[in-house]
Amino acid sequence: MIGGEQKFKLAMYWAASCGGCEISVLNIGERLLEVDAFFDIVFWPVAFDFKYSDLRAYPDGYIDLCLFNGAIVNSENEEIAHLLRQKSKLMVAFGSCASAGGIPALANLTTPSAIFQTVYLNNPSIDNPDQTLPEPTYPVQEGELHIPTFYPTVKKLEQVVEIDYVIPGCPPEADQIWQVLQSVISILQNGMPLPPKGAVLGATDTAVCKECVLEKHEKQIARFYRPYEIVPEPGLCLLEQGLLCLGPATRGGCGALCPKVGIGCRGCYGPLDGVEDQGARILAALSSVISAGDPKDEEQEIERKIDAAIDTLIDPAGTFYRFGMAGSLLIRARNGGSR
Amino acid sequence: MSESTYEPIIIGFLCNWCSYRAADLAGTARLHYSINMRPIRVMCSGRVEPDLVLAALRNGADGVLIAGCHPGECHYLEGNLKTLRRYKLLKRMLAQFGIEQERVQLVWASASEGSALANAIDRMTQELRQLGPLRWQETVIQRMDFQPAQRVEAISDPVGEEVP
Repeated sequence: MIGGEQKFKLAMYWAASCGGCEISVLNIGERLLEVDAFFDIVFWPVAFDFKYSDLRAYPDGYIDLCLFNGAIVNSENEEIAHLLRQKSKLMVAFGSCASAGGIPALANLTTPSAIFQTVYLNNPSIDNPDQTLPEPTYPVQEGELHIPTFYPTVKKLEQVVEIDYVIPGCPPEADQIWQVLQSVISILQNGMPLPPKGAVLGATDTAVCKECVLEKHEKQIARFYRPYEIVPEPGLCLLEQGLLCLGPATRGGCGALCPKVGIGCRGCYGPLDGVEDQGARILAALSSVISAGDPKDEEQEIERKIDAAIDTLIDPAGTFYRFGMAGSLLIRARNGGSR
Repeated sequence: MSESTYEPIIIGFLCNWCSYRAADLAGTARLHYSINMRPIRVMCSGRVEPDLVLAALRNGADGVLIAGCHPGECHYLEGNLKTLRRYKLLKRMLAQFGIEQERVQLVWASASEGSALANAIDRMTQELRQLGPLRWQETVIQRMDFQPAQRVEAISDPVGEEVP
């Protein structure tokens, strides 16, 4: 395959994303040369000067592997998702945004009009005296200008096109990316069977806690702390010290990087196998560390203790679904939620 | 479904040891109460994971009732306290999704409290009648695929409004 023969084709695209996924791919370092030896990169807007017209000109199924990162927020994201699906043999939802909505999907807790108010009108760093808002079409002398239309609900890739695999993470860890690329290369090279459709690649099937080195003592807590409020005791489970850690309900594979440095797991590797709604499991896991006191206490006293602990948990929905809103059971708030 | 014929659907998770027996008692005592609750027997109210409540709301329930033994009387000692913690946190979270407090309720009903359970079901049914239907599939999920608006002003909040 290497040398004069035809190479396999690789594409990467960013929809609504920050670019962290691309950086993580670059973080595989000099191993990129091996990727280049095996793959022709045929579309990668961040790194190469390919145009949408180039992509449209490819025959269907031309791309062997497409790593699609970013959520679907506007009509351009959706259009390119369809186009890439048509042109790709293997479509991978790459990173948290593509696989579950990610940070952009937190927008589903509010409304488009509220977002436009904040972003274009009321933001302290915005000077917009004419109250100009982006419009999908705008007439000028030369004709009509078009920009993509903003969608009211942020979706994950799977809600728009069929996907083959998921590589979770915000961003996926470079070593995991490399392992997946290596196995894809050997599969394509040797004509071996592919993993079952829908498989989660580049991650484990156990929780982050399994990889975490911090010591657990099955302790319950009276309240939660935000990271700036306390300095955690080194070596001990963060959740049992009151710091929010979503590790118990989050898929591992990252090596528990965040808890290792004293930051609670943020849940980016998504739900474990068989779990549809990561937030619900996080809710259940966090509830189980709240101390309700002695079961023989008066009911009011028990309720008071629980309420006091829950009061210190700011923004439950945004925390539990930090990366998984589009993939959740409810998907979005209605009527703008509570504000 | 027009407003005049709207009858709320309540999914009831009743614990095996107290509340399901309370429902049994309400039946054998021939108490009259609203027919809106569909009971599902679970071994303990602590078995009702938040996923189950969310799945019920997503799939057509207008409300969810969780019923268990009184604190201190749990067959599994502390199962109902686990329920209470999750329930309280779940309610905070549901508010952020725009789901009213009345739609998810927790009641304690011991095996002898058939009438207390019947009253709770009556009360909740009445509250949900006043709130109107939830219909998450129709009002929220199916409306995700909205047609792009011509102008930005037209993007108000197409999701979560009443279906005409």
